[in-house]
Amino acid sequence: MASQADYRDRQFLAVIGDEDSVTGLLLAGIGHVTPPPDNQKNFLVVDAKTDTAAIEAAFDRFTSERKDIGIVLINQHVADRIRNRIDTYTQAFPAVLEIPSKDHPYDPEKDSVLRRVRRLFGE
Amino acid sequence: MSGAGDREAVFPTRQSLGVMKAKLKGAETGHSLLKRKSEALTKRFREITRRIDEAKRKMGRVMQIASLSLAEVTYAVGGNIGYQIQESAKSARFRIRARQENVSGVLLPAFEAYLTEGNNDFAMTGLGKGGQQVQRCRETYARAVEALVELASLQTAFVILDEVIKVVNRRVNAIEHVIIPRTENTIKYINSELDELDREEFYRLKKVASKKQRDTAATDAEVKSKKDRLAALEEETGSNGPADLLAAEEDEDVIF
Repeated sequence: MASQADYRDRQFLAVIGDEDSVTGLLLAGIGHVTPPPDNQKNFLVVDAKTDTAAIEAAFDRFTSERKDIGIVLINQHVADRIRNRIDTYTQAFPAVLEIPSKDHPYDPEKDSVLRRVRRLFGE
Repeated sequence: MSGAGDREAVFPTRQSLGVMKAKLKGAETGHSLLKRKSEALTKRFREITRRIDEAKRKMGRVMQIASLSLAEVTYAVGGNIGYQIQESAKSARFRIRARQENVSGVLLPAFEAYLTEGNNDFAMTGLGKGGQQVQRCRETYARAVEALVELASLQTAFVILDEVIKVVNRRVNAIEHVIIPRTENTIKYINSELDELDREEFYRLKKVASKKQRDTAATDAEVKSKKDRLAALEEETGSNGPADLLAAEEDEDVIF
């Protein structure tokens, strides 16, 4: 379980998604680039050319390496590409949230948390 | 359940019986408390799952509206602004803060969104045209992110509560199905051993008593027979009965 100090300093959101979702969320003001020298962005734009390893690396970086991210937003069709990672991710912090994208309507059946909800209630 | 069931390794004494009884009482109290805790948590858990379901649906709608407004921006600006925005993002305006909420001793974190003042990475975006649309789009997305943050805190609470409920239920079941039966078994065992000891003791006492009785009877009989024999002897030697002091023959005079 998360200790108290673990989530006190988590104050950013992170996004992995297609260009439109990332642009919109950045417009809302969630974008953050850590000061140089490392210049880490808290968002990743995924298109058809991005390979799965890069997505996985970004997901790992947002979930385990960086300690200042509280919520990871990920497009559902991107999440599908690393579905195994998402389904085995059980930590409370940061929270991983699947969001719909413009081209891919939201499918509650695929959401890992909603599936857990359904399983728990035997629906 | 037979006495040969699972029990703790104790010596069957009255003292350990007392200890076991106290333990059983403690286990029962703990069981009822944990059961109530688990029920309270489950109630909360169901409420949260219901809210998650609602929030997910709401998120779908909100995101749809948001992407529509982004499309408006693209149309108004007349080109893709994605690259420009990605490059000009520097510092987060929209941040979150974690609060804690206490539900039956479980600390549930809840995220809270807040806006930091005075930094605006996108001052130049839409300067040429479409500034109004950009502004509207930012507001729409800000609302969407707020909904997402709310959903995320629900989801975190869901994950943590799920974990805690599992642990509590495991404890309840362990007490109900392992500790209480085992303690009861031990008490039963101690009781039966103590009864056994009681019976042994009683039997031993009875045995001693009967032995004593037999011994007394034997002594009595011996004394009686001795007495009888003595009487018979006396009868034989002097059958004239006890000597009469007055009727005795004269004593010789005593001269000083």
